Amino acid sequence: MEFLDTLIVLLQSTIRVSVPLILAALAGLYSERSGVFDIGLEGKMLGGAFAAGAVAAITGSAWLGVLAAIVVAVALALVHGFASITQRGNQIVSGVAINFIAAGATVILGQAWFHQGGRTPPLSGGARFTTIDLPFAAELADVPVVGAIYTNLLSGHYTLTYIAFALVPFTWWVLFRTRFGLRLRAVGENPGAVDTAGISVIWLRYRAVICCGILTGIAGAYLSLAMTAGFVKGMTAGKGFIALAALIFAKWKPVSVMYACLLFGFLDALSIRMQGHRLPLIGEVPVQFMQALPYVLTVVLLAGFIGRAIPPKAGGTPYVKER
Amino acid sequence: MSDIAIELKGIDKSFGLVHANRDINLRVRKGTIHGIIGENGAGKSTLMSILYGFYQADRGDILVDGAKTDISGPSIAIDKGIGMVHQHFMLVENFTVLENIMLGAEEGQILTSGIARARNELKRLENEYALEVDPDAIIEELPVGLQQRVEILKALYRGAEILILDEPTGVLTPAEADHLFRILAQLKAQGKTIILITHKLREIMAITDEVSVMRRGEMVATRTTADTSVEELAELMVGRRVLLSVEKGPANPGEVKLSVRNLTVRDSRGVPMVKDVSLDVRAGEIVGVAGVAGNGQSELLQAIAGIRRAETGNVTLNGRPIDVTGEADPNELRHRGLAHVPEDRHHMGLVLKFEEAENSILGYHDDPRYLKSFFLDVEAIRADAAEKCARYDIRPPDVRLKTANFSGGNQQKIVLAREMERDPDVIIIGQPTRGVDVGAIEFIHKRIIEMRDAGKAILLVSVELDEIRSLSDRVLVMFDGHVVGERSPETGEGELGLLMAGVTDQEAAE
Repeated sequence: MEFLDTLIVLLQSTIRVSVPLILAALAGLYSERSGVFDIGLEGKMLGGAFAAGAVAAITGSAWLGVLAAIVVAVALALVHGFASITQRGNQIVSGVAINFIAAGATVILGQAWFHQGGRTPPLSGGARFTTIDLPFAAELADVPVVGAIYTNLLSGHYTLTYIAFALVPFTWWVLFRTRFGLRLRAVGENPGAVDTAGISVIWLRYRAVICCGILTGIAGAYLSLAMTAGFVKGMTAGKGFIALAALIFAKWKPVSVMYACLLFGFLDALSIRMQGHRLPLIGEVPVQFMQALPYVLTVVLLAGFIGRAIPPKAGGTPYVKER
Repeated sequence: MSDIAIELKGIDKSFGLVHANRDINLRVRKGTIHGIIGENGAGKSTLMSILYGFYQADRGDILVDGAKTDISGPSIAIDKGIGMVHQHFMLVENFTVLENIMLGAEEGQILTSGIARARNELKRLENEYALEVDPDAIIEELPVGLQQRVEILKALYRGAEILILDEPTGVLTPAEADHLFRILAQLKAQGKTIILITHKLREIMAITDEVSVMRRGEMVATRTTADTSVEELAELMVGRRVLLSVEKGPANPGEVKLSVRNLTVRDSRGVPMVKDVSLDVRAGEIVGVAGVAGNGQSELLQAIAGIRRAETGNVTLNGRPIDVTGEADPNELRHRGLAHVPEDRHHMGLVLKFEEAENSILGYHDDPRYLKSFFLDVEAIRADAAEKCARYDIRPPDVRLKTANFSGGNQQKIVLAREMERDPDVIIIGQPTRGVDVGAIEFIHKRIIEMRDAGKAILLVSVELDEIRSLSDRVLVMFDGHVVGERSPETGEGELGLLMAGVTDQEAAE
């Protein structure tokens, strides 16, 4: 039974760390499926996390914090959209710029407003999210195996966690069962086909970018309102890039995105769990090695194991009517 | 109700300095096939894109069914019953046929019911017009002819009464093109109006009721097809009488400039494509190599030009050997007097993203004329390019324009100007007029004859038998890697055809 408990703790923390990855990767999926590459997931998440932390600290309401995160991330997404859709700029450069702006601006504003070295004040009570228990969690806790799984693994997460996982099938449904999804996929492959069908390429891509903003905002809010109690500078710590890697790894498919994020989340959870533990034959594994593992694995997986990941054909190129 | 489906009045459109359409007037009668013919770059596609709302005209009116209509986007054109099949298909390649047909006409936010309706409607259209296609097939797995059918179905699905087809046969095999024409005839029989854009005279004569001719952005004439002729249309297109045959005097062959002995070449898969070929080309003569595409002509040219390594054989240029089995260097060969006009100008002859001037010195950029110590002398290069533009009638004569923006004929002239102006001794030319319009063909043929008369040795490879016969002084026929016979250019098409099909030399002669 001890092994099961360990496993469940490990999986529980896998879910915890996977949520921002899933949200960010789904965000990237909307944007990139429409043909707008987004390397600025990290920056939008960071901006969202800061806005959530700041607004929740001032208003005392976590949900107002989420709202603020969404507003800020959408605003950053629109900057990216304006640069890469309307002005037909380079999408990578624009994305990198957003990452820098977010990294700098959050610290400067945080210091100016709260004077805590770039942090927002610690949150408590209604200003942060608490975990919720699913119905009958307490009653089922003593049932062997099933109880452990239900009570400790499936129950006891944040509302945002359940939202994130619900967004996976929802995104699939949007992409493959709605008009918006059909057009979104089409515009990422051949914007000319969309334009000649009488649909505005620009408006369609803007909507995709806005979807991306909303989801990165939620991802950011999760970081500062649920996973921790308050914003800390640079708290995204590369999660936006890991999400991007997961998106490519999953070949831009929603359900695969979830699995990829869970895998990366698992490695992350494992690296935390393994710190200070001794492995048979090997001895104590250096902390740095464990921390580097997810990134190393990302490189290895992307380099060889997934076959060719073919991005949306029109990705990265602004649409210009051919002359 | 008028019997005019579309009327254009005074349509004018410029892109920057390029005046693509000047004061165009056009009437298309209902239920007819109306051809619009003109050379590449005459403004046909621009005009039709304006009608489809893809571009907006700077001036002028469009009347659909007699009513003035402001077509500010494709959605309005679709609304008015105008459909367009683009030259480069507007299909999403990894979508199914059904998804492509639905795109933009989904009927409702959620697809489920729309899919069922689209499937039924598609079935009905397929039956009505005999246009079968599997609705669940992925576009990129379909042959080009079927992809085009999907484009036609897409337009019909949106209720198109007027169908515009932009150069529809450019990508089709002759059999597919014939099939397309049968479909168009049938659509016409069912009351649809069809506008067919092309630069091929044969197609106009074969299928249209009326034809309008465009030249350099202007609409120069409209004729009833039955009352006109290929010669008249060609003259209208080019603006002067076109010689569809080439005039040339007798050749004065001199010494052997290019000599090939027992050349064997394998292609990249290792299959022998040129087998034991020997030939001589003398100064002042054109030797034509005829043959069905893929019988080793390409590899022959490439081996001589030093681009592909030969297995065995000897080649001499101006009496000095070329190391074709080893390190033959195309650059060195150029400097030894060999000019090469490659078969595929897009992949080998030009860098399409470069400016015209840059392409006009490609491969000769180390010539001191174009250099200022270590640097390129941009002024000299542009001046030199402008001079070539004038001599070779390259249009537009804008040496800083991206090469991709020139028409096929003008691109080919850029390559010819570059190679011929170097005063080479030997010129090897592949497919000189592939994808080139009528006016430019005449010009290019004249230049080739001029080079011959100036004493150059010319080896010409073409899959156009007419071209070979009208230009060459001697004709070699290649089949399956061998030179299977030599004939005079006056030899009948039938006999050459037999040789090209692999019938032995003697049998063909009998």
